[in-house]
Amino acid sequence: MTDLALHPRALPRFPFWLLWAALAAICITLWLEPGIAAWAVKYPRAMIVPIAQWIGAAMKWLIAHFQGFTRGIAAAIDIPLQVAFAVLAKGFTIGGVTIPRLAWVGVAGAAAIAGHAFGGMRLAVLSGFCFLYIALFGQWDSAMLTLALVIICVPFGVALGLLFGILAYRSKKLDDWFIRPSLDLAQTIPAFAYLVPILLLFGSGPVPALIATAIFASPPMVRATKLALEQVPEDIQSFADMTGCTRRQKLWRVMLPTARPMLMVGVNQVIMMTLNMVIIASMIGAGGLGYDVLMALRALKIGAGLEAGLAIVVLAVALARISAAAAARRVRHAPPAGAKFAGRHPHFTIAVAWLALTTLLSLGVPGLGTLPKDMTLTTGPFWANIVEWINIHAFDTIDAARTWLLLSILNPLKNFLGGIPWPVFVAAGALLGYQLAGWRLALLAGLMLLFPAVTGLWDKTMLTVYLCTISAFFSCLIGIPLGAWAANSSRVDRIMTVIVDTLQTLPSFVYLIPVVMLFRIGDVSAMIAIVFFAVAFAIRYTTAGIRQVPPDLIEAARAMGCTPRQIQWRVQLPLALPAVMLGINQTVLMALSMLVITALVGTKDLGQAVYAALTKADGGGGLVAGLSIAFLAIVADRLIVAGARRLRRRMGLPET
Amino acid sequence: MGRIMANDDRVKLACRGVWKVFGRGAEEYMANDPTPTPDGLRAAGLMAGVRDVSLDIGEGEIFIVMGLSGSGKSTLLRCLSRLIEPTAGQVFLDGIDLLRAGEADLIEIRRHKMGMVFQHFALLPHLSVLDNVAFPLTIQGVPRPEREARAREVIELVGLGGRETAFPNQLSGGQQQRVGIARSLAVKPELWFLDEPFSALDPLIRGEMQAELLRLQSVLKKTMIFVTHDFDEAIRLADRIAIMKDGEVIQLGTPEQLVLEPADDYVAAFTRNVQRAKVVTARSVMGPIRNTSVHQIVRASDKIADIAPAVIEAGSPVPVIDEHEMVIGSLAPQVVIDTLIGKDARA
Ligand SMILES: Nc1ncnc2c1ncn2[C@@H]1O[C@H](COP(=O)(O)OP(=O)(O)OP(=O)(O)O)[C@@H](O)[C@H]1O
Ligand SMILES: [Mg+2]
Repeated sequence: MTDLALHPRALPRFPFWLLWAALAAICITLWLEPGIAAWAVKYPRAMIVPIAQWIGAAMKWLIAHFQGFTRGIAAAIDIPLQVAFAVLAKGFTIGGVTIPRLAWVGVAGAAAIAGHAFGGMRLAVLSGFCFLYIALFGQWDSAMLTLALVIICVPFGVALGLLFGILAYRSKKLDDWFIRPSLDLAQTIPAFAYLVPILLLFGSGPVPALIATAIFASPPMVRATKLALEQVPEDIQSFADMTGCTRRQKLWRVMLPTARPMLMVGVNQVIMMTLNMVIIASMIGAGGLGYDVLMALRALKIGAGLEAGLAIVVLAVALARISAAAAARRVRHAPPAGAKFAGRHPHFTIAVAWLALTTLLSLGVPGLGTLPKDMTLTTGPFWANIVEWINIHAFDTIDAARTWLLLSILNPLKNFLGGIPWPVFVAAGALLGYQLAGWRLALLAGLMLLFPAVTGLWDKTMLTVYLCTISAFFSCLIGIPLGAWAANSSRVDRIMTVIVDTLQTLPSFVYLIPVVMLFRIGDVSAMIAIVFFAVAFAIRYTTAGIRQVPPDLIEAARAMGCTPRQIQWRVQLPLALPAVMLGINQTVLMALSMLVITALVGTKDLGQAVYAALTKADGGGGLVAGLSIAFLAIVADRLIVAGARRLRRRMGLPET
Repeated sequence: MGRIMANDDRVKLACRGVWKVFGRGAEEYMANDPTPTPDGLRAAGLMAGVRDVSLDIGEGEIFIVMGLSGSGKSTLLRCLSRLIEPTAGQVFLDGIDLLRAGEADLIEIRRHKMGMVFQHFALLPHLSVLDNVAFPLTIQGVPRPEREARAREVIELVGLGGRETAFPNQLSGGQQQRVGIARSLAVKPELWFLDEPFSALDPLIRGEMQAELLRLQSVLKKTMIFVTHDFDEAIRLADRIAIMKDGEVIQLGTPEQLVLEPADDYVAAFTRNVQRAKVVTARSVMGPIRNTSVHQIVRASDKIADIAPAVIEAGSPVPVIDEHEMVIGSLAPQVVIDTLIGKDARA
């Protein structure tokens, strides 16, 4: 009744529960009598559409015709990359003369100076210490390889993002039909999936890693650029026109500089995503910290793995803080009139001078260039001992917990999802889409869910859904109460912000290290790693959602005599629900993006299919599995967002 | 009654039958029905921001556009400067049809003939005061020493000398708007658009800036089109005022005409709280010529508020002379007092 009153044009509601009941009935029937329609229980092999082969063939054609061209590009990109490697990590050798790489003392000092330039003394100390740590713990060489990759990748990602962001801003058509769908795909297809074609086109080595990284890291820059340009105040745009700017002048001299703060937020994100991706990509040939961790994990060298992992953390923290501070910097001091370059850019000048000086000195004092082996510390044995101690004293407990989780939660869910006939699952997705947002979403969900079935990946897809569902569930179970707690106490919130910030800074790969050490390889480890990675989003969105509940509503509730508990459960959480749902959405997407990485610890889902295709250089198979993951992500995203929008409308909250 | 008619002087900017209709398919609708009614437009899902406006703005005139929020002032200004394309009508600058100008011509015209000051200043946050003011010249490719010299000149003119190296976020609102004014003057525009330039400022600073503007105008003699919704500001600055309502200009005249003969209740509502004595001239309230023995004389164009003390002091009617020094009437102290306390002296 109320629904009719709210939506006067709504027809009498169709009894959707009947359809759901029918789907359940089909499910149960097929479960009891699988013989009735064997094709629905298991997708028949003969009906598999060989999309993977088609893609493979198309790729062969591409390679045959364009490899010369793409390899040429690769060679061109390789030049700055090799220079960066040489400057930071390897040194130059030209005609027998060796020019040393930048001294570690110099780089650490320059990092501190950069910290000071953007964030003052505290940031200077923090970033200085981060680099000191890397040097002291003997991770310098690998860390500098990683840093060199980041330094070369970021400008590519930023330039790519700027270019497409500007195009999207200029042409709505281009944005709607090409750029936005590409962004959706680029962010949901696991990077491993497009790594194979890139490897084939661009050859092996660090260049394909760099290209994959740029594709992976530029979407936030595209979005930030478009948003930033749209947010330039109308007055300023009119000013540009009234001054007689040409289109180019308007864009480059007025719009982009005015949008700088927002653009810098995009740059910050590009840096973090680049680091994340570089760590992963380094496993396929670029070298660096990620490679070290992987090697250590494979050889079960726990201490070494943890140390390299911590070096990643430390590098990530330094880069995140410096770039975030650079993005947030607003106040500027007018330089003294008539100042020379050095006067206008004192930090930069000092940093360069310091780098040059220390590197020169390192010719005489090699310790400045490379910290001598006997001066580096290692905590490897220490960590190994701790893990060993845990394993000795707590092994039974941990193993019991693991087994319990597996037997009483994970496996039942796995079997349940695996038992749903594929047509029922596809139909359920479409039906849900129809109920939430109409036939367009129904069609999208139906077709996208059909894709893994017709490509013969259904079983792996269900494993993916299972792992992703259970991880998202635990993330929310932990994250939502924590978020609610933080929303109601500013002290908790401060601590939580630090934790969440750190969790979001760390490259996803890092989470695997401790988990694998304690829980061995398998679904439970994968799940825990995903939960660690994804829980930050559940916390953050819940806090934000509760915070945005209008305070006068809470006061009204208090005036009516609600207890704090009642206020929280009856007022805050229901009103925060749409925002919380968006948090769940992010959690699910993050879980999906983490799957390929957990494939490294032996899962059997789509992530594994992507990873396996990568090792076999099977471009078609990798892309199809990657697309399946992307489609799952897109369907989940659209369904949850549509659900949240419906909720918002029903509660009369403003649309976002 | 003396009118300052635009056609006394050379017309700088004119417009004929300008319409701006918002919404999809506005052009087609206007093509079918060149004089649509508001109801007709609404039925078609359209909205008129500016309705059939024709104006002649004289050279050197301060022309004020007034109206409530949403009455279409900014839209009219943007049509006149062609920041947006009018749906119908013509706009002439120095007799040249602005709407026919190509992109390159328009850029040239804007670079050399027009300047605009914005309500929210629209300063570029990444440039210093000096670079902001020099920006229009930079865009034109004027060499650095030349443009900086010119920028310093106008910065000095608006009284900001010494703050050249500051950045916009280090300045107060009033200072920022001075930068905005200096910047719009840097190219020596002939036509000066100001869209509520002082609305974001507090009343004290606003008064100061109005005085500053009048001082600048006495030196520069630009043609000024000034949007405001503050009638006190309007009467202080205006040669003529156009009052807008729902996109239409419903009355056009001198401040005095608007106060004494408001066209309807809407205009009357604007003028109700005005101190009449600041607007009304001796000419409007004077009586017939009388023989008096007073030495005091007043001019017909004097505002009552300015001459009140002298006339009241005199104690009996004072002769009023016109611009040819001819006596054309007399002003009694009682009339002055009535005007001061707001009674309609002509009744
Ligand atoms: N781009 C647009 N699209 C649709 N309607 C518009 C657009 N710009 C302005 N309008 C409408 O035209 C009308 C006039 O707007 P305008 O900005 O000219 O008013 P204004 O008199 O300047 O008001 P204010 O004092 O608030 O600045 C308003 O009703 C506004 O909603
Ligand atoms: Mg306006």
